[in-house]
Order: sequence, then structure tokens, then C-alpha cells
Amino acid sequence: MDHRPQAWGRPRDDVYGAYDASFMNPNGPNQATQSPIVTGTSVVAIKFSEGVVIAADNLASYGSLARFTDVKRLRTFADSTVIGFGGDVSDMQYLDRHLTSLAIDESYSAPSLDSDAGGPPKARLNAANLHKYLAKLLYARRSKFDPLWNHLLVAGLDDDDKPFLAAADLLGTTFSAPSLATGFGSMLAQPIMRRFAPDEEAAARLTREQAVDVVKQCMKVLFYRDARSLDSYSIAVVTKDGVDLKENEKLENQSWAFAERIRGYGTQTA
Amino acid sequence: MAAMFSQNPVMNGPNYSFSDAPRTANGEFREHRFNPYSDNGGSTLAIAGADFTIVAGDTRSTSGYSINSRYTPKVFKIGGTTSSQDDATILLSVVGFAADGEALRDRLDAICKIYRYRHGKPMSVTACAKRLSTILYQKRFFPYYVHAILGGLDEEGKGAVFSYDPVGSYEREQCRAGGAAASLITPFLDNQVNFKNQYVPGSGTGHDLKEREVVPLVRRDAEILVKDAFDGAVERHIEVGDGLQMMTITKDGIEEVLLPLKRD
Amino acid sequence: MAGFDFTNYNRNAALHARGVPLPKATSTGTTIVGCIFDGGVVIAADTRATSGPIVADKNCEKLHYIAPQIWCAGAGTAADTEFTTAIISSNLELHALSTGRKPRVVTCMTMLKQHLFRYQGHIGAYLVVAGVDPTGVHLFTVHAHGSTDKLPYVTMGSGSLAAMSVFESQWKPNLGRDDAVKLCSDAILSGIFNDLGSGSNVDVAVITADKTELKRGFVRPNERSAKLKSYAFPKGTTAVLNEKIISKNDIGRYVSVTEVSVGEEAMEIDA
Repeated sequence: MDHRPQAWGRPRDDVYGAYDASFMNPNGPNQATQSPIVTGTSVVAIKFSEGVVIAADNLASYGSLARFTDVKRLRTFADSTVIGFGGDVSDMQYLDRHLTSLAIDESYSAPSLDSDAGGPPKARLNAANLHKYLAKLLYARRSKFDPLWNHLLVAGLDDDDKPFLAAADLLGTTFSAPSLATGFGSMLAQPIMRRFAPDEEAAARLTREQAVDVVKQCMKVLFYRDARSLDSYSIAVVTKDGVDLKENEKLENQSWAFAERIRGYGTQTA
Repeated sequence: MAAMFSQNPVMNGPNYSFSDAPRTANGEFREHRFNPYSDNGGSTLAIAGADFTIVAGDTRSTSGYSINSRYTPKVFKIGGTTSSQDDATILLSVVGFAADGEALRDRLDAICKIYRYRHGKPMSVTACAKRLSTILYQKRFFPYYVHAILGGLDEEGKGAVFSYDPVGSYEREQCRAGGAAASLITPFLDNQVNFKNQYVPGSGTGHDLKEREVVPLVRRDAEILVKDAFDGAVERHIEVGDGLQMMTITKDGIEEVLLPLKRD
Repeated sequence: MAGFDFTNYNRNAALHARGVPLPKATSTGTTIVGCIFDGGVVIAADTRATSGPIVADKNCEKLHYIAPQIWCAGAGTAADTEFTTAIISSNLELHALSTGRKPRVVTCMTMLKQHLFRYQGHIGAYLVVAGVDPTGVHLFTVHAHGSTDKLPYVTMGSGSLAAMSVFESQWKPNLGRDDAVKLCSDAILSGIFNDLGSGSNVDVAVITADKTELKRGFVRPNERSAKLKSYAFPKGTTAVLNEKIISKNDIGRYVSVTEVSVGEEAMEIDA
């Protein structure tokens, strides 16, 4: 019998084998996400005169299997920002938990300037700050060789209450543009959105209705051509007045007219 | 042997020991599937004059064959009193892996701000240049994958350009091009800034010919060279384009201009 | 003996195994598209050829002649698209001569797919085949591995998604000729501005029952901006270590000299 206090209350080595303490060894090999498992596809977003429209479909794929068809990939934070997640869903849910607690902490520890004036608490955790935070987090994780396998878009307002839209990926790379899309959307949806908002000035002239139409058009094209996509999607409009999030939209007015005349793939005619 | 066949060393990446597979502390091989680096393309260029320095870069950010953004600056003001950087006196351009570039910029900026706070004066470019070198070398075995160029005015008020490799080797130069189209722009700069391969007509025959005397460029001529260099790079390099961000430091401060480049 | 020469295969495989990279082929990074309209078919292409990240040719031709009423747009390895279309064009001409009939698009497509399938994808030709023959209007894609597709609108190359986004959001059935040309050129423009592998100009070919119209440089949205100063050097700037002058008359003793007028394809140079 081992009477040393270190051994009290522990499973006996002679019965259970030596305790494997390797998980506590900071130098030992550790498990990190080396590839995404359950994944979400594209997120698309475009700025307009007084805000940002952002959308993502409700599918979480398991490889080529359409595994979960009701996964919401747009998350609202502090009632003023929407984050669209592409990539690994478990990492998305981790970030969701982390940011939710961050938003709660922030609302307790930093009573807003406006609340003295009787107005609603002004979010300090605005989209620009949140994006900076996430980019630093993602970059720190990639530097530990333990990346969060996501490509995300942050939509909201900046410090001057101007529309804000920026991206951050698993390497910590960030960029901002009048319209952004992740994954397949960067190749299929971006060309459509750039036609309507080639630069910031053009985006600032877009109306809310125009921006929503463009994003819906993008979601339709993505459903036509992205094999990992779904026809049910979430769409959010972020403005000064808050977030208008719809999580169960269905694609409308699909056209499959091109298929009518197709006969075979080569010499077939009937 | 492979070097014989590689047509462009710049495209094959810096030749450091990056090919070593990552290992755990116990010396075992770690599964290598995640690549912590990427290339965001683009090009930078800096020219030092007698009393000014120009640091420029295109504003395109790429990944693969896609354009991430048509406006992502690569030239940054460093070491101002506040985050607005209104009173900054040093410019840093970074090209390569954008996330490392921004991390490097943030670190150097923080260090310059701390220096300003402690000493009550802005850091000199020469001091900042040395500090940047040590920052880069500190990450010798997990480098910042960037080609950095630092610009400013030295203690005598002369234009100063310092260029760096990814692990901190640096040198003061009259001019330097960095990034994707560096190999396209460099020969142009050698010829037009340092007057390489230019002789004074009629000054002799054969080897007696006198080389054209190198004189510092005037500001307008340097700006013209920068624009023409980028217009040329845009024609022949697919990752360069969209916009040209050009910052000029003089004793009166930093001026910034944004010029359009081709977007194809 | 016809066909490819494989004598260096083993040597190259050994070199490759030791880490010597394969030589880089010029690729037509490319956006190419095709679209059927009432009475004919349009194909279009950008004009950028790349070698890695370098633009090898700013104004290359990616629309290849097969037969008077059959044209091909090619993406992939530049040499493969050129030689594959040339050999099929040649064989199709012989076939047309021996049968005494106009060549058919399906024949061309079948010859292409059988040729490419034989080489298991090693011939990197990705083609859009379009034409009008006595059986009607046809539009196909042929992949390097030999698979084919038949659709009313098609895109290929690195810019295929950018171009397809235009078709998927703007195509409608029963297009007119001008609408189809506009749609195809918009699709190519989408590739030119969103895909780094594509650039410069839009080439368009319109094939109808009675004629083919090749519009080279249909849209030119990327003219080179003017240089801000002249880079002409004064004569004598370059060191000359020794010189020997042979006059045109003298050189005529060794080779025959003919004056050639420079046509439209002249390279742009400073005055």
C-alpha cells in the first residue's frame, strides 16, 4: 500500500496500471484540429447605404454527406453585430460560446456612456472591435499550430456608426471590402456582388432592398452550383436600428429552364 | 541540382529550412497537415531621395486565383503618438503573408510607442531599423513570412530605406522592390535609380567609357518611376493591380496618395 | 512514325524523383464560355496566357479554328489546346473530303474525346466546342480526361465560376443573337476582373448557319496606361566593347533579305 499523500484517493497502480499524466505535460504531443470535420459552406455579405446584409445557408455537411440541415451559421452578438461562419461547425460553436460570454462580461464591466443619458446601453463590442478580437484570436491559434478552422465574416457598424464588413480566416488573415464571400462564394458570389458594388462609393448608394436582392441572387446561384449547399438559408440585415435576422428563408423563383432541351451528353438526340 | 531548373528563385520562396517537418518536444514527427502560411501576393517599392523617402505598394490582396479585396493597404505609418498615427515619422511596408505582416506591424508600432513614452521623443529610423531586425530574428524558426521595407528620414534628414529578409537580415539602400513582382521591378530600378548599365555617350571607347554619375532623384521623378514601375508590374504579374498606395515622408510629415491601377 | 516521342520518359521520371521540378508549360489560365441562341451559337474567351504568376501573352488567341462552321475555345496547357484542335481540324477536313459532306460538330466532339481519353488526361486540353452543321446548332465541353457535356450555356477554365455566375443569374431560354453575344462577353468580363488567371480582352466568335464571324478584341477594357516619361536613352548610353558593321547589301551574300511589312500584331514598343 502506498501511503504517500500524493497517492491518496487515486486508482491503485497495481490494479489499474500507472496513471497516464501525459495530458498535463505541456511539452507532450497534443491533439489539434488538423482538418475540419462537420463543415459549413459559403457566407456572403454586402454593404449598403446604412448597413450590411449577410447570408449563409443552414447546412452542416459531413464530408459529402448533407448531415445537419438546420444549422444556423449566422450568430448575433451584443444586438449589433452578425458573424457568419464558414468552415468547422464545432469550432464555430466554440467561438459562439466564447463570444457570448465575452459579450455578457462586457455588458457588466463596461456600463455604457449612453446609459447615464437614459438611452439604451451602447455596445462597446461593436463589429470593428469584435473583428479585431477574432482576428487576433485566430492568429494566436494558428501560431500555436492549433487553428480554429473557420473563415468568418463580421457584419455591423464601426466606431463612427458606418457600415462595417470584414473577413478573418483560420490563419488570422484579414481583409475588408464592399462585398465579401467565403469558400465557394468567393468564386461564385463575389463576381455578382462586385457588379453592384465595385467600390465603397457604389456600395454607399445601394438601398437596403437592392442589397437584399443581390444577396438572395447570390444564394440562388450558390445553390445551383455549390454541391455542399442548401436551399434553406439565414439572412440578416444589420443597421443602426439593430439586427433583423431571418433564419428560415427558402430560395424563391428557381429556374431550371436550361434543362428542358438537354438530351444526353454527346451524340444522343433522344 | 533543383536550383539549376528553377527559373525564378523568388517564386520558389525564401530558401530557409522551412522544409523541416515540425516535431514535438520529444522529437517525434508531428502530423503535418495544417500549413500556417499563405501568400497574399502584391508588391512593394521604396525609393530614398536626398530629403524624402517614398514607400509604395499595390492594394490588391489575393489568395490563389481569387481577389480577396481590391483595397488592402500594405504601407503603414509606424510609431505615432496615437492610433491615428498623425505624427508618425516612419513607414513600414510588408508584403507576403498578410497576417504575419499585420502582426509584425503591430509589434513594431507598439515598441515605437513605448519608446516614445519612455524617452519623450520619437524613435529614429536607424534605431527602429535595428529593432525590426531583432524582432524578425526572434522568430528565426517560425518566421514572419514577409518582405519588410522600412522608410524614413535619418538623423541628417536624408531619405533612408531599409530592406529585410523574412528572418531579419537587413541593409540600408537607395531603393528596393519587394513581393511578387520584385524580380520584375528590380532591374528597372537598378537602371533608373542607380543608373546601372548607363554610360555617358562619347566619354570614351570600350572599357574607358564613363559610367553615368549617380545623383539622388528629385521627388517628382521618383514618384513617376514608382507609378511606371507598378504600371509595368501590373501588365506582367497577375497578383499585382487594383490600386497604388504611395506614401512620401518629408521633413513636413507624411503625404499619402492613392492612384488607380488596372483591375484585371 | 506518328504520335509522341517517349525516349526521355525514364530520364525525366528519375530527375523528377530527385526533386527536379517539371518545366512549366504556358497555360491559358483562362475564362472561356459558350452559349446557344436561336439560329446559332456564340463562344468567347479572354486573351491572357500565363506561366505561373507571370503573364506570358497579353493578347493570345484562344478561339481555335476547326472547320468553317466549327470553332473551339481552349483552356489548359496552351500547347495541348493548339495541337489537339489542329490535329482534329486536319482529320476532320480529310473526313469531310472523303465523305463529301460538311463536317459535323458531333464528329469533331467524338474525335476530340476519343483522342483525349486515349491519353488519360496527360494532354491538358479543356475545350468548348461549338458549331452549326446540317443537323443543327451544337455546343459541347470536352474535358482533358475525355468526358463531354452538352448544355445550352457552358464555361471552362480558372474563371469558369466567375463566368458561370453571370449565366446562372442572367441566362434565359430563346435568346436572340445580340443578347447571346452580350451575355457571353459579360461572362468573360466577369472572369477577366475576378479571376487572376484571366485578363486583357474579350474575343468572340458567332457561328450561324450561313457564316462565322470572329470578333477579335470585341471588348478591350484593359488598355495599357501611358508611361509618365520617356525611357528612350541617348545614343551611346550602352557600352560597346567592339563592333563590326555588315551592311544589308553584304549580308545578302549569305542569306536572302526581304522587307516585311509589320501587320496588326506588332509588339507595342516605345517610339
